[in-house]
Amino acid sequence: MRSRGRALRAGVLALLLGGIILPIGFGLWETLRAAFGILPAIGAHHLSLEPWRALVALPGFATSLRLTLITGIGSTVLALVLATGFCAAVHGRIGASAGARLLTPYLAAPHAALAIGVAFLIAPSGWIARLVSPWLTGWDQPPQIASVHDGWGLALMLGLLVKEVPFLLLVILSALGQLPVRQEMAAGRVLGYGRGAVWLKLIMPQVYPLIRLPVFIVLAFALSVVDVAIILGPSNPPTLAVAITRWYSSPDTRLILPASAAALTQGALVIGAIALWAGGERVVAALGLRWLRRGARGRSAEPGLWTASALVAALMGLGLAALVGLALWSLAWRWPWPLGLPERWSLAGWLNPASGWGGALVLTLGLGLATTALALALAMAWLEGEDRARRGRARWAAVLIYLPLLVPQIGFLYGLNVAWLRVGLSGGIPAVIWAQELFVFPYVMIALSDPWRALDARLLHTAAALGASPLRQLLAVKLPILLRPILTAAAIGFGVSVALYLPTLFLGAGRVATLTTEAVTLSSGSDRRVVGIYAVLQAALPLAAYLAAIALPAMVQRNRCNLNGALGA
Amino acid sequence: MRLSTVLPLTLALATPALAQSTDWQATLDAARGQTVYWNAWGGDARSNDFITWVGQQTDARYGVKVEQVKLTDTAEAVTRVIAEKAAGQDTGGSVDLIWINGANFAAMKEQGLLHGPFVAGLPNAAYVDLSPAAAASVDFTVPVEGYESPWRLAKFVFTYDSARVEAPPATLAGFVDWAAAHPGRLTHPNPSNFMGATFLKQALIELTPDPTVLQAPATDASFAAATAPLWAWYDALRPNLWQAGATFPENQSVQQQMLNDGEIDIAMSFDPASTAAAIEQGLLPESARVFVPAGGSIGNVSFVAIPYNAANWQGAEVVANFLLDPATQAHMQDITVLGSFSVLDPARLDAEAQAAFAALPSAPALPALAELGPTLLEPHGSWMTRLSEEWARRYTR
Repeated sequence: MRSRGRALRAGVLALLLGGIILPIGFGLWETLRAAFGILPAIGAHHLSLEPWRALVALPGFATSLRLTLITGIGSTVLALVLATGFCAAVHGRIGASAGARLLTPYLAAPHAALAIGVAFLIAPSGWIARLVSPWLTGWDQPPQIASVHDGWGLALMLGLLVKEVPFLLLVILSALGQLPVRQEMAAGRVLGYGRGAVWLKLIMPQVYPLIRLPVFIVLAFALSVVDVAIILGPSNPPTLAVAITRWYSSPDTRLILPASAAALTQGALVIGAIALWAGGERVVAALGLRWLRRGARGRSAEPGLWTASALVAALMGLGLAALVGLALWSLAWRWPWPLGLPERWSLAGWLNPASGWGGALVLTLGLGLATTALALALAMAWLEGEDRARRGRARWAAVLIYLPLLVPQIGFLYGLNVAWLRVGLSGGIPAVIWAQELFVFPYVMIALSDPWRALDARLLHTAAALGASPLRQLLAVKLPILLRPILTAAAIGFGVSVALYLPTLFLGAGRVATLTTEAVTLSSGSDRRVVGIYAVLQAALPLAAYLAAIALPAMVQRNRCNLNGALGA
Repeated sequence: MRLSTVLPLTLALATPALAQSTDWQATLDAARGQTVYWNAWGGDARSNDFITWVGQQTDARYGVKVEQVKLTDTAEAVTRVIAEKAAGQDTGGSVDLIWINGANFAAMKEQGLLHGPFVAGLPNAAYVDLSPAAAASVDFTVPVEGYESPWRLAKFVFTYDSARVEAPPATLAGFVDWAAAHPGRLTHPNPSNFMGATFLKQALIELTPDPTVLQAPATDASFAAATAPLWAWYDALRPNLWQAGATFPENQSVQQQMLNDGEIDIAMSFDPASTAAAIEQGLLPESARVFVPAGGSIGNVSFVAIPYNAANWQGAEVVANFLLDPATQAHMQDITVLGSFSVLDPARLDAEAQAAFAALPSAPALPALAELGPTLLEPHGSWMTRLSEEWARRYTR
């Protein structure tokens, strides 16, 4: 049985190696060649450092680099601080499952949709300004302020925070499920520490190692995000990832060479930032230790925590208003400045699915279901293999699985496309499913592996003692007990699939038009009403998946009171 | 004597025509059942709807389906063809037809990435003036030579809201004073976008001492001399632009949205009918109007081209030919459909087709052809590249 388990794991590993590492390696190789002057298609045959010289000479390169670092690291630090402060102040006052339900819309809504909504909220002519003009502000015309596309990237950081704080809150919540929080809180309070102090001094140091990987993923994402940065970020020059996308798609094809060099720079940037972060962790740990040993009871920390909570609440209010604003736009015919609500309403967009959203909806749904089913099957095969081989998690395997989330997409997607074409599998649905799998599978693994490994082994021992085969143990014990986490993982995977932009664009050769690719394309146009329809659908699909993940187990297991999330959360 | 010279000439003319009709039948036969992936900028809903309509028509008539691949930037399609060439995929490529002109066309033609020449083989090319100096024969001074087929006319115009602006500036030079009087109410798309670059070109043509040098490729010396007044003008204009000229909209659609939101007072477009169309769509206020600088404005033609490795090039040729059908062009020029001006030569149309054009409806924001003033020639493509680069060098920090 152990050997069969090993075989299962080896099978999944081979699939991962062939399906993830090899193609990414190919992609990076093609990018690397182009970065050093070799791209025969545009007549570049000679190894040289010229692309790098050209890159450094491109106007605004240094500023792009600086902007990327500030917005990427800044938004991640802020998101972590805010999420921690919020949990410290609120944890125990809101139940974990209620909290998870509260976060669902934010996790489900794709980055691009939220960003478009936020842009409409905070723009000089945005919803907030409209609601207070001209009666309060005296603005007859939108004010001359740079509230989006500002040169410091503040709007971009805000847009990232709206999405990342809920994500970090969720991972902190699920990490808390693995710790004896109540007992430690009681012990801390008995010793005279304030709630917040117990949280920061006792609980957070235990939580952080559990959420380290998600934090890195957030960091890598914030450094290399393209769609949000186009919608909210500075434009002259933009962040590096946007600049690279622009250079790749410039009519001047010679720019592909420095763009490839920049894509490698982007990769180095992410690695460097993660290294920097790891260094920062040590400094914080050393300082924290001294703070801890001083033994202050820390009641003065409370106002800071409540400020963080208020900010988080404001962020979530902003996110909600952004989605509501888009939903209103999808129902508007004209909504001119400075009206707080549309002047004329219309269902025209919604009544015409043939204008494009009908097809995109069906395709997005199909892609999401296919990739999620595949990712779930792979993840369960991997975890079951682990169980049967009686082996714990392997760190190197985790690194392999999460690699696609850490390597910047732009660094390998162009090269990957070339590699795919060389094999003769040009853009189409299968290529897109595979490309999405690179990103869906890691998230499904993140969501599923902890609950799976936390499963009470005594149940399985009992089943084995009653003569159940490993397959029967899986089907009759594990899967029913793990129904809730499995469905949650499926919902997360589905949400990721719906939101993916660059992989769908590159490997679909632009022919695979999903809600997200259409929404980002349309956000470069002028019709917010159509963008509103796509964004609403884009947010509604994953939301429906999350709701199903909550409702189905509750229905199926309504007479199994001990399964109500206790094992899954 | 006379007969003996005329006869061979007639024969020489007649033979290709005969060959053409049989060739075209072969193309039609091969095209039946194909699906043409038309890569076209997808930021405009009306253009998208028109392309959908084209697909329905060609499917019904010739059994050729059209699938629009919506691009945020035409260069995406160029990059895709280059990636395919890099991978050695010289047949069965994923791009069948591209809405293209200017720098993208020049780049693809120069690198041999285009199928053709095919335009002369299209039966409906007979309605187009293809003489060497005609608008449809030169694309940003690059000779078309049959590698792309025209389908709609583009002319640079400004859009303003007549409810907020009484008198728009009459010349580009006048923009400086106007912006000083209305700080923050004017902007232009980023010059890395073709519309932003066109704004600079329009100003260059007006301000440069000798516009004829713009028709030749730019050299370091000619560029420096020709653009000196442009940069002086721009330095005076920029402090009074929207956001003090520190940031710019990504493209003209975003700029039009800003006009609709009241953030700015003047937007620009390459389609004289787009303002009337946008009003009808609820995307601009009823009071929006079009104006053109006193000396006229830049005009060019939008083309469709077929990549060298297109999988469905026969179907793509059928679509290109259908786009030149007089009935199609009249439908396209209808303000309730697309409102783009036709590329056909009115003198070559029969009475019925001319009547179809004459019967098209009008709209208050739709300028008459006469109001658009003279059409200025696009400078050689190298000027646009250099303008974008030089602008970035000066103003991107």
